Amino acid sequence: MALIRITSPHAHRAGSTGNVMLTVLIATLPGLAALTFFFGWGSLIQIIWGTLLAVAMEAAIVRLRKRPVSFYLTDYSAVVTAVLLGLALPPFAPWWVMTVGIIVAIVIAKQLYGGMGNNPFNPAMVAYALLLVSFPVQMTSWAAPFVMTGEGWSVLSLGDTLSAIFGSAGTAVDAHTMATPLDVMRHRGGFTTEEMWVENALLANGIGAWHAVSAAYFMGGVFLLYKKIFTWHTPVAMLGSLTIISTLFFLLMPDQFPDPFFHLTAGATMLGAFFIATDPVTSATSNRGKLWFGAGIGLLIFVIRSWGNYPDAVAFAVLLMNLCAPFIDQYTQPRSYGHAKPNRGMK
Amino acid sequence: MKNTVKVHGFHGGIHPPENKKQSTGAPISIAPLPSRVILPLQQHIGLPAEPVVSVGDKVLKGQLVAEAVGRISANIHASISGTVVAIEPHPVPHMSGMEAGCLIIESDGRDEWIEHQGLEDYTQLPKQELIEYIRRAGVAGMGGAGFPTDVKLHLGDDHIVNTLIINAAECEPYITADDMLMRERAEEVLGGIEIIAHLLKPLHIMVGIEDNKPQAIRALHAALDNSPLNLDIVITPTKYPSGGEKQLIKLLTGVEVPSGRIPADVGIVCQNIGTTTAIYRAVIHGEPLISRIVTVTGQAAGHKQNYEVRIGTRFADLLDHSEVRREQMHRLIVGGPMMGITVINEQIPVIKTTNCLIAGTIEEMPPQPPAQACIRCGMCEQVCPAELLPQQLHWFAKGKEFDKARHHNLFDCIECGACSYVCPSNIPLVQYYRFAKAEIRKEDEEQRKADHARIRFEARLERLEREKIEKEERRKQRAIEAAAAQAAKKDAALNIASSSAGNRPAAASVPDLKQLKSNAAIARTKLRKAEKALANAQEKGLDGIETLQATLQQLQVKSEQAEKAYADAQNAPALQQTPTAPVTDIKQLKSHAAIARTKLKKAEKQLAAAQETGDGDIDTLKAQVAELQAKSIAAEKAYSEAESGNSPVTTPGIDTTELEADIAALQSKVDKAENAWKAAVESGSPAADKMAAGVEKLKDKLKALQDELATARASASAAPATTVDSTALEADIMAMQSKVDKAENAWKAAVESGSPAADKMAAGVEKLKDKLKTLQDELAQINAGSTAKATSDSGTEAHVSIKELKQQVSIMRTKLKKAEKLQAELPEGEKDPALDAEIAELRARHDAAQALFDAAEAEKAAAAAQQGIDLKQLKIDAAMARAAVTKAERALSKAEQDHKQTLEEELLAARAEAEKLNSTLERFSE
Repeated sequence: MALIRITSPHAHRAGSTGNVMLTVLIATLPGLAALTFFFGWGSLIQIIWGTLLAVAMEAAIVRLRKRPVSFYLTDYSAVVTAVLLGLALPPFAPWWVMTVGIIVAIVIAKQLYGGMGNNPFNPAMVAYALLLVSFPVQMTSWAAPFVMTGEGWSVLSLGDTLSAIFGSAGTAVDAHTMATPLDVMRHRGGFTTEEMWVENALLANGIGAWHAVSAAYFMGGVFLLYKKIFTWHTPVAMLGSLTIISTLFFLLMPDQFPDPFFHLTAGATMLGAFFIATDPVTSATSNRGKLWFGAGIGLLIFVIRSWGNYPDAVAFAVLLMNLCAPFIDQYTQPRSYGHAKPNRGMK
Repeated sequence: MKNTVKVHGFHGGIHPPENKKQSTGAPISIAPLPSRVILPLQQHIGLPAEPVVSVGDKVLKGQLVAEAVGRISANIHASISGTVVAIEPHPVPHMSGMEAGCLIIESDGRDEWIEHQGLEDYTQLPKQELIEYIRRAGVAGMGGAGFPTDVKLHLGDDHIVNTLIINAAECEPYITADDMLMRERAEEVLGGIEIIAHLLKPLHIMVGIEDNKPQAIRALHAALDNSPLNLDIVITPTKYPSGGEKQLIKLLTGVEVPSGRIPADVGIVCQNIGTTTAIYRAVIHGEPLISRIVTVTGQAAGHKQNYEVRIGTRFADLLDHSEVRREQMHRLIVGGPMMGITVINEQIPVIKTTNCLIAGTIEEMPPQPPAQACIRCGMCEQVCPAELLPQQLHWFAKGKEFDKARHHNLFDCIECGACSYVCPSNIPLVQYYRFAKAEIRKEDEEQRKADHARIRFEARLERLEREKIEKEERRKQRAIEAAAAQAAKKDAALNIASSSAGNRPAAASVPDLKQLKSNAAIARTKLRKAEKALANAQEKGLDGIETLQATLQQLQVKSEQAEKAYADAQNAPALQQTPTAPVTDIKQLKSHAAIARTKLKKAEKQLAAAQETGDGDIDTLKAQVAELQAKSIAAEKAYSEAESGNSPVTTPGIDTTELEADIAALQSKVDKAENAWKAAVESGSPAADKMAAGVEKLKDKLKALQDELATARASASAAPATTVDSTALEADIMAMQSKVDKAENAWKAAVESGSPAADKMAAGVEKLKDKLKTLQDELAQINAGSTAKATSDSGTEAHVSIKELKQQVSIMRTKLKKAEKLQAELPEGEKDPALDAEIAELRARHDAAQALFDAAEAEKAAAAAQQGIDLKQLKIDAAMARAAVTKAERALSKAEQDHKQTLEEELLAARAEAEKLNSTLERFSE
């Protein structure tokens, strides 16, 4: 056999970007299961629909860019984007909402910037933010969890869900939608937080569904940490900063600000901390940088939720910090071996 | 077994499959005697060895065949007995597969040793001789780099070696050469360590070994029981690259070797375990390094085991002996799988650093899948033992942003390959870094060359400028003297017609023969060029022939004029005489002598003080005193000679220059001392107070010298015959300006950092400013004088070329800007009115220069216009033509293949046009 000439190293750990993405997909399963259990088939349908669209879009653009289609499809990054967007969208959002979202995410936010690895912003969050700004009505009516009715497991049937998403908006759906807890909290008017819970006794009952979904995301996140897909820095910093600042305000003005537990579990905080903020492409690079990056997201989430116009803030917070990531990178280089202190800034 | 020494950690690292078990099953076996050996002259870091035998010579085993050249080099010995058959280039183990000088020996089959003998008791030998003994044996690091061992053994001379680390980590997968060596020859290993310890006298000896070699550890411990050595065998967790020198040092001592330094700088010396046996054999048995242990492994190898192999044995022989399955062998790696190199030629020999041969199959080492995009997952960062950001380095290397790569400490990368190993996107990261490093080295080299060229060019320009000014000065001097002579003549003979002398301007009355001659030559050359251009144009039927003819005529006239002028000047009688020597100023000489004496006394006093306090710079001070003594003597002598009336002419200018040089030297010393003092204050060193006193002293001295200079200057300006050197003054002012700038910056920094020295510094800045002001005033005076002179002899103006004028304008502009910036930087309320005045003056001078320049240009344009050529138009045309060329070039690069020819023709045409216009333009703007 002819010998080859090739430079070191000659040993490589088996693995591919596709495997990383598949692991992430597996980690989303508990969250998806919880969503489906409490809120019905909507999220599952959204994800399947989104995945079909995302793969088609990715294939089309990669082909247009004259690159090998199967090579790029098998990194599964398009699927991850679709799944994350599907988890974030309201379960009964009409089909065209997901369609617009995927076009924005895959075509504009990802491929126009050069595809995998070159996008400065998290594609799913770009899509989510755009949809939220463009279609506030569709984006803020969330499915009602069955626990709120207190009648045992009775979600909208698969057929009804399909017709709600793909048909014209049926009246059957309206009975099954409501505002999210964060939305209710945001638009509680002059009520104090305590009065809000009294006013919305039903929601006080049903909030457990959101807690359960957050717990499921948390489990998925711990699995990814265990698999060393990402380091602890970003999620810990993000959850930590959100907890600290919300505790501070809660202690100072308990009737004006919800408790930290509410912040951590009532919205997309856990999804954001473990699946969105940890997107390596768009986050800061070094471990120290990730701490700043995560802390910034946590802080922004609190600020936007408390004083902003939109009830949930994960998408905006992540996008704003995506914007800061290159800057953070300049100032958070690690101290290299043999150097007294780390280099700062840009040269 | 427990460690008695704490094992620290190092960042990152990986755990690749070890693949070591395959080759530890069988003991080390002696490889058969090769029929020929190939000995590369360079098997080590440093200079290649020089052959000391010739083709045809019979050599014995162990005989020196090539001798080390220089300090960092190593001897090469014959590893078999036989005949030297060739000294020629041959492929060597190198990444590139290159050939290098090798000495080839054909075996006589007898394997006959040269007479050799070890040292009976090496401790009796002086260290220097013992090291020389090891050097003669050709021992070089056997771990991989091949650094000549004797150089490291000398480190005890100029470094304090606290810790000796023996590297037995052997962290690379597959390799077991050191492992087996320790298992089977632990006594030799310890014997070698004893010798190194005897030479370096370390306080602490540690053997770093990974915990995947329990048998070797046991063997070492067993041998240690019978050894006088006091050393710690430190077991480290198996992790690649713990055998990297820097990583092992961190592991065993917790100390990091500073970037760009060597371990000895932090009191540590590392030796590879294989090297210790080589030292042992060299010293105890007198055997030079002619064989080593090599692991032969890999799935294609038949017998996977370690062999003791003669240096120079071809890989083919070794592979044959281990019954390698060549049809399966896909990759032949020299070294380990992480940092080893592949070779495609089996004729390459084993050298002193060859520790392993891996005959890998395609299943064992499959080709890497194509690289995917980097998703910045950061896995590489988590494993990097140098704590770099590999993914950022990759982006920078890819984008050729080498400055950023360097800023991210690219050069601290040890190319261990851990990042490539873990990369999920299969990016060949190490290759990117090698590329970036090579590019940066290339850039640096080019930059160095360019800097060198620039410095030379600037020096040349400066010299030319200086010569020009000197010439001008001489010319002026002569003009003045000639005028005086004329006047004298007129007085003496009133009847001689004075009309011609009176009508001619002073400058023109003293034609410089040389100048005229060169003018004539230049005119001739120009004329010839123009003629050639015309002929060319006529031949090719180009446009603009008329213009060229006009130019030619003009030039002809000019040339004739120049020649005539020269001829006239030659015929005219020499009007001037060499200037008479000015009368020696005895008074001044006396004062010089006095000053020199004072200086000497002061310096002596200082020296005494320094000696008393034991302050640092006694040597320098002594030298100064000696110098001053010499000067003083010289000054005294000059004075006495002058008094006795037979002294040679001395001009007062000389001493000031010397003084100036003294001052400059002292100034730099003060600066240095101040810097040192600042550093000391910052680091809170106790020596700061002493240093402050030293700085004060130096400052006093400087002050004294400066006063002296002022006196000297005053006396110089008082002297009637002195020519005031305004250029020197300007240079002084510029130097002073930069000093002021520096001082101000330092002061600002001090204020910012809240240093207590800020007040003092402010005072210093003020002083410097005053000085600057004085110098500037002086210059202004001189300039006023010289402008008056200049207006009186307008003849000089004609010589000033437009280029020079332009230069002057730009110089003035720069000066003005600097002054303005300085003023702007001063905080509000502290604006210096003196500076304002200066700015105003500078502006006026700048405007004047600009006006002169404009006038000259207008004149030139007018001249050109007379010939029917509009210079401006010409310039615009040339620019347009250039633009057309660029456009055409760009279009060409874009164009399809079939258009290429047409476009190329167009481009050629455009280029020709541009060239033509440019040359015309050049002719007219000269």
